Amino acid sequence: MEILVCARRVPDTSENEIQLNPAGNDIERDDLVYSINEPDNYAVEEALQIVAKAGGNVTVATVGGEEDEEILRREMAMGANKAVLLSDEVFCGSDGRGIATILKGFVQKGNYDLVLTGVQAEDAGAQVGGMLAAMLDYAFASLVNSIEVLDGKKLKISCEVEGGNKEISEIDLPCVLSIQTGINEPRYVGMRGIRQVASLEIPTYGASDLGVDKADVGEAAAKVKRDNYFVPALGKGAEILGGSSEEIAAKLIELMKAKGGL
Amino acid sequence: MTARIFAYIVHKAGVADDSAAELLAAAKKINSTASPTAVVTGWGAEVDAVCDSLRSSYSEVWKVANESLAYPNAELIRKALVKVLPQGSTVLVPHNHFGIDLAPGLSIKLNTAFVSDVLGIDGIESSFLKVVRQEFGGQVSTHVRCDVSSGVVINLRPGAFKPIECAPAGGVVVDKSGEVGALVAGRRYVETVVPEAGDVDISKEPVLVSIGRGIQEKDNLSIAQELAAAMGAVVSCSRPVVDAKWLPKSRQVGSSGQTVKPKIYLACGISGSFQHLAGVKGSPFIVAINKNPRAPIFQVADVGIIADILEFLPELTNKIRETKQVSV
Amino acid sequence: MITPAQASWWITLCLVIQFLGIACFVFIVTKRIAPLIRAEHDFRLDRPWLRAQMLLKFWFGQWKHPRYRVAGTLHLFIFAGFLILSTRAFYLLMFGLADDLAAPSTTGGIYDIVADYAATIVFLAVSAAAVRRVFFKPARYAVPERYGKGHPVDAIFLLALIAILMVSESLFEASRTAIQIQQGATADFLPLLSLPWILKDVLGSASLASLWKLHLVAYFVDVLTFYFLLCYRPFGIQFHVETSLFNVFFAKLDRGTVKPVRWGVNDERLDQVKSFGIKKFEDFTWKHMLDFYSCADCGRCSDNCPASAVGRPLSPRFLTIKARDYAFEHFPVFGKSSNSHALIGGIYSDDEIWSCTTCGACEEECPLMVEYIDKIVDLRRGLVDDGKVPKSIQKALKALESRGNPYGKMEKKRGDWAKEKEFQQSCTVKVLDGKSSAKTLYFVDSISSYDDRIQAIGRATARILSAAGEDFAILGAAEKDSAHDVRRFGEEMLFQALRDHNVDAIKTSGVSRIVTSDPHAYNALKHDYKDVPPVEHIGQFIARETKAGTLKLNDVQGSSNVYAYHDPCYLGRHNQVYDDPRAVLDAIPGLKRVEMSRCRDRSFCCGGGGLMLFYEPQEEERMGVKRVRMAAEVGANVIVTACPFCMVNIEDAIKVSGMEGKMTAIDLAELVDQHLVREVPQPEAKGNEELIHAHA
Repeated sequence: MEILVCARRVPDTSENEIQLNPAGNDIERDDLVYSINEPDNYAVEEALQIVAKAGGNVTVATVGGEEDEEILRREMAMGANKAVLLSDEVFCGSDGRGIATILKGFVQKGNYDLVLTGVQAEDAGAQVGGMLAAMLDYAFASLVNSIEVLDGKKLKISCEVEGGNKEISEIDLPCVLSIQTGINEPRYVGMRGIRQVASLEIPTYGASDLGVDKADVGEAAAKVKRDNYFVPALGKGAEILGGSSEEIAAKLIELMKAKGGL
Repeated sequence: MTARIFAYIVHKAGVADDSAAELLAAAKKINSTASPTAVVTGWGAEVDAVCDSLRSSYSEVWKVANESLAYPNAELIRKALVKVLPQGSTVLVPHNHFGIDLAPGLSIKLNTAFVSDVLGIDGIESSFLKVVRQEFGGQVSTHVRCDVSSGVVINLRPGAFKPIECAPAGGVVVDKSGEVGALVAGRRYVETVVPEAGDVDISKEPVLVSIGRGIQEKDNLSIAQELAAAMGAVVSCSRPVVDAKWLPKSRQVGSSGQTVKPKIYLACGISGSFQHLAGVKGSPFIVAINKNPRAPIFQVADVGIIADILEFLPELTNKIRETKQVSV
Repeated sequence: MITPAQASWWITLCLVIQFLGIACFVFIVTKRIAPLIRAEHDFRLDRPWLRAQMLLKFWFGQWKHPRYRVAGTLHLFIFAGFLILSTRAFYLLMFGLADDLAAPSTTGGIYDIVADYAATIVFLAVSAAAVRRVFFKPARYAVPERYGKGHPVDAIFLLALIAILMVSESLFEASRTAIQIQQGATADFLPLLSLPWILKDVLGSASLASLWKLHLVAYFVDVLTFYFLLCYRPFGIQFHVETSLFNVFFAKLDRGTVKPVRWGVNDERLDQVKSFGIKKFEDFTWKHMLDFYSCADCGRCSDNCPASAVGRPLSPRFLTIKARDYAFEHFPVFGKSSNSHALIGGIYSDDEIWSCTTCGACEEECPLMVEYIDKIVDLRRGLVDDGKVPKSIQKALKALESRGNPYGKMEKKRGDWAKEKEFQQSCTVKVLDGKSSAKTLYFVDSISSYDDRIQAIGRATARILSAAGEDFAILGAAEKDSAHDVRRFGEEMLFQALRDHNVDAIKTSGVSRIVTSDPHAYNALKHDYKDVPPVEHIGQFIARETKAGTLKLNDVQGSSNVYAYHDPCYLGRHNQVYDDPRAVLDAIPGLKRVEMSRCRDRSFCCGGGGLMLFYEPQEEERMGVKRVRMAAEVGANVIVTACPFCMVNIEDAIKVSGMEGKMTAIDLAELVDQHLVREVPQPEAKGNEELIHAHA
């Protein structure tokens, strides 16, 4: 089985305090710790487990620049056979559709049975997997929490639906699956493994290598752009609700509804 | 904006999902004068019942009935929608498991823009639609502009758009089934598996009712469970509750338990130790209910209630039930 | 009377048995040594003089045995008896039948008396041991179901064989003396009430012919039993008779340290090592394998293991016994090696390996000096190398890698605990950021820097250092986790990265000594870090300064609290700092202090520190809860500890066990801070004052 995992390097939410920068137009990026988007890591682990049983190779690709190589190395330390960086000046500022276009170029260069992405990224919207599948005319499923290889032509998958239920489907290969966290228990990648892959060569592909038209990618082609970041007004320390318990309950319900929790 | 607005209606057992009303509200925010069209796919008496129920709120309801659409299959539905939706439309889809499956691919096939998990709409500015999203598990919000000149597909966050009062629309059902033709997909539904009780993954839950030692006895657990049920939330806890074997380890939040990233975290009778809070990531809206006004949890909570959870939670549960009855 | 011909027949038979016995023994031992030759290196020939002293104290002196009174005494007798009798045994076997059979004993008079009593005492001791096993069944010998079956019959069998040996030897002596008496020759002297003496009286009336027969049979049985035992011992726990001397001589000399990944491979060359840790049996070092052979299955280790006590899947005794049985199966004396089980996932489960808090109680207790911590660390290294790390620990390790602390908090906030508003008014803490310098470094470590409850310990420590006029500073954001437990959880390379960073920072700062309030950091700086200034725990500092009068302590002002000091594992057992913290408590006038029954080197682990706080163990009860109850049992209502991890575990345990209001915990530094005599009135030191004063 030839499996491609599309990964992304994002600021790590559990090791960063995401705050606005003083100018108020972006998050404070000075002290950020980055790592591979968590669902993508689960996707790589799943790919490794599939090829351990069914044979094959795992390739990890990311769209970005030199600083994104660190996640490729980490996944190689985890066991991925190959890693590629898709990098070109014209790719900068791509929106989700642009990224999917770039990935499509890479997928079509190879012969992948299965393409995996993480279900969504911390700083993006759950879209690249679905878009990529549509562009390639591959079958697609998202929120996948279990994969069973039935044969070289199809898989049996389980997807997370409401109420914690699992929707079981059969899906033809080649296909694109967006992987949900919790599908497996990713193995630990220690310092030792990382040091061993520190000097491995990572091939880079640009727009012309992938047959990507620069009119379809990059900032100019992006239809969705971020205007700014902001933080809705917060208080310091808890606002203690007062009044009778009935009044407090009512106020609380209002607040929770406003936060989308009821 | 002159483009037509379509709302994709999710339904189950012949009943339209709450999101139907929310999509309507969102459509009004995009264009207050617009008359959005509901699109319902399915089969048989169920799809008919749904279409019928929508007539009071939507002025036009498109029915796409096809036997292969009896169980919602995103790929098939996408193929169907591509046949019936006009170019340049605005398509609203709820951001749930199905919407995530459907919308991105749909935007590619319709050749429109796409924005996911939108929780606020600021309006149109020339050919740009301005919306609000969140990133990093909700720690920051962002204003996004989207070029909708060739249309847009939007995934809208459930619960973010309050349904609005509307005059009865006296809607008309238009049968579009004939335009669809044969539908084939690379993915086929097999069955749905319901999990065994206790298999809950609290790390995925958006709303948690978390209990600590303040619950005092195992018998009092039901107080928290009823509140969670009323809220559509799930019960989690701090370590002492697991140590006392009142709840399984899978419910524990903390540095040696699960890491959770909810939108709302009710800390009931939890003192707020460092070890416990280490398991709460992102920036959820934290409500602390504790009878000790000096509990450290009040330093990190957004809202605090000084009360005995054994008294307050049942009251809150009743109030929520009342509220829900009113809105239905 | 027997004819020389008959005698020589006997002699030949017994010589044949002896020859076969020795040959068998050599063969068996060679087979047993086989896996040790394939094992990993372990350099144990350094400091031979120190090793000889250890041998004298722990092997010859049986130093650890009396920790269990009854069994210890019995064993002392048996061991002493064996040593005394070994000379006679040698003579008996070699020369017993070579000389004229009825001739007087060839060994000296005084020795014979001692030896006769020794045989009697050994006989009584093994009988008592057997009775104890059968009727009193001490709990620590029991074998829980999950570990298989016990060997009660085998134990009695071995005791019986020793008894037979004593009886046959005594019978040999007795019958010879009886023969001498009947023949009218000078009889050997048999001491009063010794076994031979008793037997001689019993035999008194027998005929000469039967006496001769008995004499020869006794000899025969003696030889047979001796060689049977010799060849049987290597098949079970009795092998410790032979291996104990070596096991003690080669024992680990350096407390508190962890073995390197590979002996003989220094840090720079570690990249060349193909596999880290123990994944298969041959990855153990020869000394580890010798440990497996040397275990006497006495159960003292597990009896003191806190993980065992709370129902975790770990029992040190069975860690060893399972490995020994594995060695016996895979490297058998007879037959082909069976390759059935794997090591990890086979005889050992992952949880078993992660359950150890490295408290060292097992090693402290073992009379044979069997080592455990190095094996656990090596097993963990193997798991880490294969990526099999529990999720919650992965989180912490990842945070340590990116942020230098297991909580994922920002580096630049590491020193913020010292900037707390009220604290800053009374105490300024210098930060070694290149612009300032100091003589002493206060190494805070991660938990005291970031945990908001534990920061109070950091502040108390800083105030104490200030009050003593110490020129101290912290590293602040330049400090990273000491990584003491990163190492003990098997992530050696991450440990080295963090250690090297800290060593650099410490050297650059130019400090000449280090103080810490964290015993894990203390142990790391003392043993895991090389080339750093000497380190002291704040308890030692306070003890010295109060004695010198630099720090003065107020009296308890009418408080009726009863304090129990809990020895933290890494301050107490691993570094043997027991008296200083007690001296500090006793220096507070009027303070009432009680000792828990498990104290000093028998202290009971609070639950573990460092990364153990992130592990989700399978256990029936928390170690901390047991500890809190131990304090309550001796009438204490305040537990004093000197370790931030102990504090977290004990405070948690007080809540969980429902003892809030009846028991509190306080750190030594916090307690001293509260009682310090200050020239200038300070804002009240925050602590557990309300609850403590409530008991006044």
